[in-house]
Amino acid sequence: MIAQPAPKDDVLARRPAILAGLRALLPETGVIGEPVRMKPYETDALAAYRQMPLAVALPETTEQVAAVMAFCHREGVRVVPRGAGTSLSGGALPMGDAVVLGLMRMNRILEIDYADRCAVVQAGVTNIGITQAVQERGFFYAPDPSSQLACMIGGNVNMNSGGAHCLRYGVTANNLLGLRIVTVDGQVIDIGGAHMDAAGYDWLGLLTGSEGQLAIVTEVTVRILRGPEGARAMLAAFRANEVAGACVDAIIASGIIPVALEFMDRPAIHACEAFAHASYPLDAEAMLIIEVEGSTEEQDFLLGRIKEICRNFDPISLRVSASAEESLAIWKGRKGAFGAVGRISPDYLCMDGTIPTSRLAEVLGRIAQMSAACGLQVANIFHAGDGNLHPLIMFDANDPASFHAAETFGADILKLCVEVGGCLTGEHGVGVEKRDLMGVQFSEIELEQQRRIKSAFDPGWLLNPSKVFPLKPEVPLAA
Amino acid sequence: MSAPLVPADEDALAAAVAAAHRSGETLAVEGNASKAGLLRPVAASRRLSTRALCGITLYSPQELILSARAGTTLAEIEQAVAGHGQHLIAEPPDFSALFASTAPQSLGGVVAAHLSGPRRVAWGATRDHVMGVRAVNGIGERIHSGGRVLKNVTGLDLCKLLAGSHGTLAVITEITLKVLPAPERRATLVLCGLDAARGVAALAAALGSPYAVSGAAHLPADMAARIPALAWLDGAVTLARIEDFPASVAYRTQRLRDELAAFGAAEILDEGATRAAWAALRDATPLAGESGAIWRVSVRPSRGPVVAAEAARALDARWFLDWGGGLVWIAGPASVAAHAAVAAAARAAGGTCTLFRAPAALRAAVDVIPAEAPALAAITRRVKAAFDPRSILNPGRMFAGV
Repeated sequence: MIAQPAPKDDVLARRPAILAGLRALLPETGVIGEPVRMKPYETDALAAYRQMPLAVALPETTEQVAAVMAFCHREGVRVVPRGAGTSLSGGALPMGDAVVLGLMRMNRILEIDYADRCAVVQAGVTNIGITQAVQERGFFYAPDPSSQLACMIGGNVNMNSGGAHCLRYGVTANNLLGLRIVTVDGQVIDIGGAHMDAAGYDWLGLLTGSEGQLAIVTEVTVRILRGPEGARAMLAAFRANEVAGACVDAIIASGIIPVALEFMDRPAIHACEAFAHASYPLDAEAMLIIEVEGSTEEQDFLLGRIKEICRNFDPISLRVSASAEESLAIWKGRKGAFGAVGRISPDYLCMDGTIPTSRLAEVLGRIAQMSAACGLQVANIFHAGDGNLHPLIMFDANDPASFHAAETFGADILKLCVEVGGCLTGEHGVGVEKRDLMGVQFSEIELEQQRRIKSAFDPGWLLNPSKVFPLKPEVPLAA
Repeated sequence: MSAPLVPADEDALAAAVAAAHRSGETLAVEGNASKAGLLRPVAASRRLSTRALCGITLYSPQELILSARAGTTLAEIEQAVAGHGQHLIAEPPDFSALFASTAPQSLGGVVAAHLSGPRRVAWGATRDHVMGVRAVNGIGERIHSGGRVLKNVTGLDLCKLLAGSHGTLAVITEITLKVLPAPERRATLVLCGLDAARGVAALAAALGSPYAVSGAAHLPADMAARIPALAWLDGAVTLARIEDFPASVAYRTQRLRDELAAFGAAEILDEGATRAAWAALRDATPLAGESGAIWRVSVRPSRGPVVAAEAARALDARWFLDWGGGLVWIAGPASVAAHAAVAAAARAAGGTCTLFRAPAALRAAVDVIPAEAPALAAITRRVKAAFDPRSILNPGRMFAGV
């Protein structure tokens, strides 16, 4: 388990006054203090970590957020911002002396501008909600994390979320134009707007992916894009991971950038097939799902070229979809991957490193060795175009030894990612989960540089504490 | 000013900055100084150039990744990626003519000044493709952010913060970029004789179509006449570029022509004319011969024509629009009053502006970038101090006193 700091006793002692202070600032239903009603807020999608917060505040406007922040700042109370609570890295894990600031009631779409291809939405609008609001006109919001039905744009901004289509459309940071933020002391600042390039420093870029360390995001101006005429997928299965990896290289080298290029290894294929019955080839060691966009003729042209390339790699099977329905069938297994692994294992950890794609086969080989050595199964799903690897480590949370082994295995995989030239996290964020591994990727000088930036925004370190940055040795730990 | 410091490698550069940090000696940070005329003039005791830090350190075409030291010329990088059929996604401009500079621009300069070309409207800005940086902060410490992979959210994103920081926070020593396959073919659809508002409406329709338009510009007749590839059209031009495989370009150009029929009959520019026209737009060559000041206004695209009209009303201005109307290039008199008028027009339209080129006296006298709101300005000063506590790196280049 990753250590948490001890709560501040003086804050715990003032809990009744703090609750009363929050209640004076928010509508009647906007403050939760009863333990039974705070229960849903005690964890996020890194469910092995749980901690009841001091209180939960649910503002409905930027002004209310500002009032809560000014109050907490005055009182020296820590604040944990939260959207839908879907973070896989514990980014929304509460602390006993912290107020959870839930933004889910700020769920309105404020403006849609098709001519200027942007939308202004509140932080609590779901990712899919943006696309749903604009799809009747053929538009969409591009980043598509797996949790897109539930996760909220404020969380996406703070974690710089990705998805399966970022090879073509980029991650959250590449699809934003502006933010309205509230500083730790309750000041409201607009960053950027509906224009493309801001003059001055790139605060938008720095705030995106800052994991709630710098400010509270209350409104977001996103780019919306017109969708392509159509999209179609194909499936290619190979005899070995390195063959599939070489095929990915050959596709990219040919000048084609598919909109999605997903890789599944043998355990992932089997788990997904058993769950979704997508007719995946069970005799394959590795499988690619490749999606292209355009008119029917353009899709035919691109899929035809990709098929020719795949043929050079002795494929076990090649299946080019002929229709939208067939494409959905090909995607069905991959989209259900988390459910599929959940079906064969009581619990799993979803890891999220990135590696240079040229090292794929070697990394999968070493993960297999580690898996054998620690006795835990792993299934690998990989955004192959951009090197973002998602090993799903299967374990039993009821067995502390199994959980400990899974965490150690996961940490070893991430260290391996850094060792081969990659990074600890491609799209899930550092959160609590990878906090203590930051020293693997950054020197102490570099961490201090980042901490000084944090201090420039949040001098008292009240925002989303004990995440991202390794704790200083002098910090007392929770029992 | 004593002789410029030209460290041979990152170690030497870090040592030089550390020494300056100890002594409090201020440094004018530059590559080849091709954009020294940009933003506020820097009064520093010494110049520090990254030009000796050169060379491509990693190029993996199938991973879409290229790393190079900051002093590497952009030309060398463009040549290397072109050799593998790839290109720099944000189409970085070359403002040598605009700044009357003969120095080749460096990669570090392009990133530090955060310059993007026409493709920015569809494919993102230069900073969107900076996957990693190495840099030396104002204490002389070496730091890195990001890496050599395409997806990375580990720690604060200093790549984006340093891109566009004009050497005021740290000296960038090495940059890793995402690159992409270059299109095999390009063509441009041209609508003639539209006014700016109608032209931008046509561009909004083009950019809102499913045909992946990768460039969208509008030039009034006087500006179009200064680009040989467009002059023969003899009037205002509205341009939409499509880049892809040849069959796709042919198909999409035709479909887009049909879809924009309400805006008039479109001409099609071929590969050569398309390359020439967009290179000129990218480098703002229609304004290069102007003698006064030049501004870049970044604004919600539909407001571009409003800003242009306001500038033309308030001063003797020449202008054209890129990024679908979202980037307004304006040339006019180099005066405090003209600057105030352009800045006011940008602000009224909800956008921002940069005094891009002007005599040093004007650049020293006005806010070349609009002043930040007090709460943000306070953060700016603290972040500057977090990197450069003694304010030795390019003092005052972006904001007076910062």
